[in-house]
Amino acid sequence: MKENRASLGYDFIKGFIKENPTFALAVGMCPTLAVTTCLVNGFWMGVAVIFVLTFSNVLISLLRKLIPDEIRIPVFIIMIATPVVIVELVMKAYLPEMYSILGIFVPLIVVNCIVFHRAEAFAYRNPVLNSAMDALGSGMAFTLNLMLIGGIREFLGTGQIAIGNVVFPKAPLFEPAAVMLTPPGGFITLGVLMALLNIVIARVGKRKQA
Amino acid sequence: MGDRLLVTPSPHVKSTKTVQGIMLDVVIALCPAAIAGTVLFGFRSALIILVSVASAVASEALYQKAVKRQVSINDFSAVITGLLLALTLPPHVPLWIPAIGAAFAIVLVKQVFGGLGNNFLNPALAARAFLLAAWPLHMTQDWVNPMTYDAATSATPLAGFNATGQTAFTLKQMLLGQRPGSIGETCILALLLGGLYLIVRDIIDYRIPLGYLGTLAIGTWIFGKPGAFFQGDPLGAIFLGGAFIGAFFMATDYVTSPVTPRGRLYMGIGCGLITLVIRLWGGYPEGVTYAILFMNLVTPLIDKYVVPRYYGSGHDKMARKGGR
Repeated sequence: MKENRASLGYDFIKGFIKENPTFALAVGMCPTLAVTTCLVNGFWMGVAVIFVLTFSNVLISLLRKLIPDEIRIPVFIIMIATPVVIVELVMKAYLPEMYSILGIFVPLIVVNCIVFHRAEAFAYRNPVLNSAMDALGSGMAFTLNLMLIGGIREFLGTGQIAIGNVVFPKAPLFEPAAVMLTPPGGFITLGVLMALLNIVIARVGKRKQA
Repeated sequence: MGDRLLVTPSPHVKSTKTVQGIMLDVVIALCPAAIAGTVLFGFRSALIILVSVASAVASEALYQKAVKRQVSINDFSAVITGLLLALTLPPHVPLWIPAIGAAFAIVLVKQVFGGLGNNFLNPALAARAFLLAAWPLHMTQDWVNPMTYDAATSATPLAGFNATGQTAFTLKQMLLGQRPGSIGETCILALLLGGLYLIVRDIIDYRIPLGYLGTLAIGTWIFGKPGAFFQGDPLGAIFLGGAFIGAFFMATDYVTSPVTPRGRLYMGIGCGLITLVIRLWGGYPEGVTYAILFMNLVTPLIDKYVVPRYYGSGHDKMARKGGR
């Protein structure tokens, strides 16, 4: 397989709609539901996943001809665990507060379905550059999804969105719905967004057929 | 012409019942409870009912327009959802609560799953559970004393009843609904009137309310008094709280209750047991909402396993046992 420069753009863009990890493929549901009580959490979780995904995709793609087919899963796990440990240590050192919020979900990126899915479905059979673009696209789409879910839940659940010390709007405009910060609120938000993206995909598909 | 042999495919037995007719009957049956609620808790209750119904009908119409489905607001099912939701709300909730709740019920519980007949939960109850989780303070504190219309400061009568196994309300007060509570749940006579109307008109099966209220009453009689058996107050258990409106109007929802007679009995008993467990040993004072929602989820399972015997079947088994 030679490097396919023509499809680099597509490899990047497909993660956002057609192979959107959260809303179209429904992988990586654990962090999606667990850490998205606010926008900032979603952002940092997403950044961690982008780093791990790109690192592991490139590594796996580089070594794809050396990895024996029978033991590829254990090998993937080792290659994914490396960047996860890096992320974990860096976060502990420079963002200790965020690390205490995200907690167990940072080390759990090792078994994150998005990372596995991209490794198995893409990096293992595609050249390095394509794999890197694929990882960036999927990772950034995942980050956007988490920020979207987190933003909606934070806004409806607390009436405000806080980014660092900046809070918008200054006072809540309505009585916040506490349920949005609880797991049912996460499922409701996820379901509604999933339905909306499916409408978009269906419309685009119809237009292509016509 | 008259002696011509007609060969037609089934069904051969046709009913004159229509969706619209059944729904209209349910609306009529709910009217006494709605009127009683307005008399007991004041004009504000009527306003809450109005907002809830209007929001339900408007959401149904808007959603069906938006997804280009046939608008079916004239089948009255949205009216019932709005009415039922309003009757389960405390009389002093702000008016945006029924508006949001009814829209949630119609759009997220009913329409996204395909509309009437496809929802797996009772829309009104699912919306009530959502409101309870979203704005717990309004949903558990906006009570009103009956007839005087002033805000009630005490907990609902049911909380005290669950703790002590007895109540200060007389039988007459309980039947007339003269106690703090949700708009439509207190006046037992009005609910009984509506429920009996539905049973007589063959709209609902008596087995669900009978199984529900019977289980709850017997269970409370056995376990209701702390520290003693067989001394609980069975009437207080079914009259104080939402069991009556739930048993007659919510657990009997066609879409979310079993289709076989025996299955319906199991549905009622299941609702009664879960309500009893939540009330006596759970963290909430009232368990009707969650009990019915839970049995809604179990309904497909009941329908799968509780199947009536086909006429004429079962002979093989009898022969093997050495019977006739």
